[in-house]
This record gives sequence, structure tokens and C-alpha cells, in this order.
Amino acid sequence: MKHLKATTFLIAAALAAPLAAQEAGGRLDIVVQPEPPSLMLGLVQNGPTQLVAGDIYEGLLRYGTDLKPQPLLAKSWEISEDGLTYTFKLNEGVKWHDGEDFTAEDVVFSADVFLRETHARLRASLEYVESITAPDDTTVVFQLKEPFGPFISVFETGTMPIVPKHIYEGTDFANNEMNATPIGTGPFKFEAWEKGSYIHLVKNEDYYVDGLPYLDEVYYRVIPDAAARAVAFETGEVDVLPGGSVENWDVPRLTEMDNVCSTGSGWEFFAPHAWMWLNNREGPTSDVRFRQAVMYAMDREFQRDVVWNGFGNVATGPVSSKTNFYSDDVTIYDHNPEKAEELLAEMGYDGEEIRLLPLPYGETWQRWAEAIRQNLSEVGINVSIDSTDVAGWNEKTSQWDYDMAFTYLYQYGDPALGVSRNYTADRIQKGSPWNNVEGYDNPELDEKWFDAATMISPEERQAAYDEIQKEIVDDVPVAWLLELEFPTIYRCDIKDLVTTGIGVNDGPRNAWIEQ
Amino acid sequence: MWKRFRTNIGAMVGVVLLIAVILIAIFAPLIFANTPWQMVQRPFLAPFAMESLPLGTDTLGRDVAAQLAYGARVSLLVGLVSTLVALLIGVPLGALAGFYGGYVDEGAMRFTEFFQTIPNFALAIVLVAIFEPTLASITLAIAIVSWPPVARLVRAEVMSVRKREFVDAATLAGLSKPRILVRQVLPNTVSPIIVMASLMVATAILLESSLSFLGLGDPNAMSWGYMIGAARTVIRSAWWLSFFPGIAIVITVLALNLIGEGLNDALNPHLSRKGKA
Repeated sequence: MKHLKATTFLIAAALAAPLAAQEAGGRLDIVVQPEPPSLMLGLVQNGPTQLVAGDIYEGLLRYGTDLKPQPLLAKSWEISEDGLTYTFKLNEGVKWHDGEDFTAEDVVFSADVFLRETHARLRASLEYVESITAPDDTTVVFQLKEPFGPFISVFETGTMPIVPKHIYEGTDFANNEMNATPIGTGPFKFEAWEKGSYIHLVKNEDYYVDGLPYLDEVYYRVIPDAAARAVAFETGEVDVLPGGSVENWDVPRLTEMDNVCSTGSGWEFFAPHAWMWLNNREGPTSDVRFRQAVMYAMDREFQRDVVWNGFGNVATGPVSSKTNFYSDDVTIYDHNPEKAEELLAEMGYDGEEIRLLPLPYGETWQRWAEAIRQNLSEVGINVSIDSTDVAGWNEKTSQWDYDMAFTYLYQYGDPALGVSRNYTADRIQKGSPWNNVEGYDNPELDEKWFDAATMISPEERQAAYDEIQKEIVDDVPVAWLLELEFPTIYRCDIKDLVTTGIGVNDGPRNAWIEQ
Repeated sequence: MWKRFRTNIGAMVGVVLLIAVILIAIFAPLIFANTPWQMVQRPFLAPFAMESLPLGTDTLGRDVAAQLAYGARVSLLVGLVSTLVALLIGVPLGALAGFYGGYVDEGAMRFTEFFQTIPNFALAIVLVAIFEPTLASITLAIAIVSWPPVARLVRAEVMSVRKREFVDAATLAGLSKPRILVRQVLPNTVSPIIVMASLMVATAILLESSLSFLGLGDPNAMSWGYMIGAARTVIRSAWWLSFFPGIAIVITVLALNLIGEGLNDALNPHLSRKGKA
């Protein structure tokens, strides 16, 4: 039987060969770090879950590295002129991994019922939605209450994963026993999960795009130690190191090996943006001159070149240059210790101790905190680094118990989705480390953020965001550091691994191995 | 006693090494123009590549030699203070248990066993994690995990001493029990305590280094363990970052052990007569 299958496969491959240069077959071993808590993407959306489950589940659209939408479950879409009606035509003949038919009802259930309950980030965008309907099996209509500029960006797999209605309807979503064996529409099916060791996905033979995927199987390997992950790549045990899975210092050594390629692409949709929360409520950090002094005191080029091994860009303000509506027409804070000292003298900073909370994500972040403490101490700011673990970091930032605290957040392609949440006063809510943690309160700008989100024309939105960025950068509500770049390292014979703005998350769909 | 100690070559080597480490620690700010956190040159500068930076630079371009010198301060400080605190807990407890016996002994020893059954290092990690790592909490945690052997040792010594004739004599002379314990018994248990203390300092330094290595050090204090921990990820490309602090720990711990051995021989006439030294 097995033999027969292999033969059929060979024939299929031979038939396909003349049509495309891509070669079918093969297995990919990808590092996942840390081990995801669950693969049910509708319930859990942290990084590792998105990485693995991005092959199992799908959204309506995917986004290129330029953030332009591309078809996925939806083959075409239309936005009405008033920006209020979004109509999606779905692919036909799509099946869930358990053989059931995928229909527009699944989309309505996912967006309107399931994700509304489980997905906080999407829920915020769904506030703008009046109704979600399915006129027929392959059409879905989103009717908005008012225009919402970034709405076309919310259909990404991690943002709006479509989950099977026939499995979840009427059940307790979080405790549904099918969560352990996720059923999606994606190019790969869940096969096995050996906790602490690997997650095994196999090719979805019934995938609705002919010829895809090329790979037979994908293993996500759990290797808890960064050095061990680097070694696993060197020895050939794994083929792909997604961004952030090895320490930056190891990157040059690995990329210098034969047949090893790397790319910084594949993060455009997320545009990870790093900054330090500066507590705007109390202490020296509540003084705008102090905050500006922090910006001038830091040598961010050095941080990029040394701490991050040259990866990434110095951030100019709240919006990443990879995100839509970025503007560089803002005050530039270069490394200028004299200026910093002047500002500190002007405000009369008395050497009060400033606590700095690093991100407990490994050596790189610890070194980064040390470099910044040194920079700041050189202009006379008395900084002490707090030690913390992940739970402590969450607790301290969400309870506002800090002076300066590292963080980095994703931007999801649009300032209204991933930027304004950190600066508008309505997002000052204790208990979350992802909102306006610094306590920046500027009613005038709030107004502009809201207006910019509900404009229809991209040109108008660009103008509005230009203005916002210009103003907010002078206030320095937080100390922007770097646009992070997490290079993906892989064997060069793996082709088309990173083709979208979410990179490896949905990379195996199109990836193929050159024999 | 000093005479016997002096003739012990190993012990004298230990003393010289330890004094050298102490001097470096004390005069670190005078020897090095740079603080250990200052980024002075390009990162990963190899040792001896530049005269002003004999041991090279680390991942951020900081002076490794300066880091070593400042690290000595932390290691010695933590080693000495935690040992002192451990003695302050262990000696009275052991003395009371050994001298009074009975329920006091039972109670004290069960309490000690409670600490002894938990692996030292695991307990230290838990304590530091709970208190947040600062020099004070690390020192305290090390003291808390290292006093039980002291209590045990003192108890055993006191038990044997209190049965001697001079104690009976003191009792007959009408001295009160506490007075006998403090004046007559304890002074006769000092030599093993001193020997043990010198070895405890060494252990404490190793403990502190291990904690820092695991990232549980005081993030504002440069220590040898921190240096090795930070260098672990780059050990293949920059060996010197973990090698030098490693050597520093070896030298210091070795020196303390040699001194402890020497003291042991010097304070224990039975041993030294065998010509062991």
C-alpha cells in the first residue's frame, strides 16, 4: 500500500514537473521557541502558536511583504465606495481537515461568535462592524457602522483565523476537546504533538490550491536552549531558524556556513517596534525634558550595531517604517549627550534613582538594558536595573510599577491597529501590558488618532498620521528604540519560504526544496 | 600555631593569592580608569590585541580586566558576609543544642534537618527568586543555605567538650550554665569552626557565581558568575570571556581551600605531627 502510494506520488510529481520549476516532496524541520501552549489559533495567538498554527488555520487574506492583501480563503473582495461594505468571494471546494465542507457560515461563526469572544485584539476592530452575513455559501459581507481605514488589514490568519463551525458551535470554546487536535483549512494537517519534543504536521492532500503545498511534512522542533538550537542547525538537525530563535551573536557564525541563507523579511506585517515605557505619571520621567534627555543620551546606532549585531533600524517615532502611513518628517533624536545634559540641568534633575525594567527574553535584552544604563549614566542619570522574570515583567508594567521598562509590540500593518493603542487616553487601563502603559494623556492628539482611523481615503489618512507623528515625537511619551529585525536563517535549497509579511508563519504553504 | 602554618607551603601560597585578590578588589577603581560597565572599545576584542585592554572586551565592548577586578569585590564581599551571617545563625544554635541536650537538642536538630533535607542550591535559587536578586538578598540566601553544617559541627564539638573534666570543675566552682557554655566550652570549639569558615567562604563564592551564572545575580553588580553566564552564549567565538572569570574563581576558591587546609593542620596538632604538611 505504502509502495503504491509512493508510486502514485512519483507519477504525480513527474506530471507536475514540466508545469512548474517547483519540486514536490521533502520534509522541513523548523525550530519553534518556546513550545506553544496550544495550537488552537482562535484561542491562543502568541508567537509560537501563530508560527505553527499558521499552517493549519487560514484567514480570508494574506499580506505580501508590501502589506498589500492577497487571496487566501477569499479569492476576491470588494470594498464599497463609502468604505462601509466589504464583500468577500470565497474559494470553492475548500474542505476542513476532517472532510467537512468549508462555507461562508464558518466565516460568519468565526468572526461574529467565536473570535468576538476569544480574540481581544480582533474584538476591538469588530466594534466598527454592524453585521456579518453570508448571502450564499461562498459570499461573506461585513457591514460597518462607520468607515474604519485599517479594516482590510484584519483578515490575516493570526488576526482572524477561520475556525470550523461544525466543531465549535454551541460548545465551551476554551474546553472543547478538539482543541488538542486542531482542524483547519490550511495546507498542512495536524498529525502529532510529542510534548517537549516536536509537533508533526503532514501535507493536506485536499488543499484547494492545485499543487500546493509542495512539502510532504513539517516538523516543529522544541529545543529549549538557544545555544542548542544553534547547534541543531549546524548539525543539520533542523533546516529553519525562525527569527529570534538564536542569540544575535550566533547569527553571523551560522550565516557564514555553506548553503545557509538568511532574510530579515517576513516581519513586515508585525513590524516589531521596541521602546521603553517611560512612566508619564510620576517622578522625573513625567517631565518632558527628562524624556527628551533620555532620547538624546542614548546611542541607538551603537545599540543596533552591537547589541543587535546590525539588524534593524533606529526608530524615528511611534510608527515603524514598515507599517503603512509612516512619516519621517519628525524631530530626529541623535546621540547628543551635551543636549541631554542641558535638558537635565534645565529641569533640575537631582540624581533621583530611576528603575529600569529589562525584558526577560534572554541575553540580548539584558545586554541592551546594560548598554542603555551606561548611556544614561554618562549624562548623569542614576539608573538601576531591576531583575525580573516574565511574570514579574507583566505584573510590573501592567500595574504601572516602573520608571522605565523595555517592551516591543507588533503593529499589524496599520497605526490604528497596532500603534494608537499605546498612546490614546482611552487605552489607559491598569492590568494590561499592551495598552497605554506609560499614561500619556493628550486629548488633542486623541482626537486626531480617532479621526485618522475612520477616514476612508489613504491620502487623507497619510496626512493625518503625518501630523500626529510630528507632534507626538516632540512629547516623547515613550523612548523609541529600534525597529527590530529578526532574521530567518535557513538552508539555501529551501525556496519560497518567506514570501509574505508574516514570513515563516505561513511560509511552508509555498515552500519547496530543491533536490 | 602561626609557626606551623608558616611552614605549610600550600597554605602560604593560598595566603599570597588571597591577598593579591583582596588588593585588586580594593584598588580596582585606582587600577582601572574604566568602570566595568563602560563600553570602551569595539566588542569581542581578543586579549592582548590592545595594550590598554590586556584581557580584551566583552559582547558590548567593555573592559574584561576591569570587570574581573570589580567582580572580585562582589565575590569576596558576598563570600565573607554570608559566611559571617551563617556563623551567627549556626554557632549559637549548635552550641545550645549540644550543651543543653534533651528537648532543646531535639528541636534544634529537627529544625536544622529541615534545612538540610532541601538541596542547598535549589533552596538558594528559590530564596533569591522570591526576594528579587540584590546583593543583600543573595548574601542572605547563601547564609541561609550554609548554616546547618555549622550548627551540626558546633553541636558535636560542644557535646564532646562539655563532658570534659574542666567543665565539671567549673560546675563545681558554681559557675552558671550559660557562663560555662560561653566562657569554657565555646572557646574550645573555635579551631574547627575557623577551618570550616574558611572553606565556607569558598563555597559561598561558588554559590554566588552559580546564581549569577543562571541570571539570578544582582543586575547592578559586576560579578564573575555574571561574566561567565553572559559569555556562555558566545563561548565558541569568544573563549576569553568565560575563561578569565573562570580562572579567577578557581584561584580564589583554591586559595581559600589551601588556607583552610593549612589552618586545619596548624590548629590540629595531632595531624601536623604526622608531618602531613
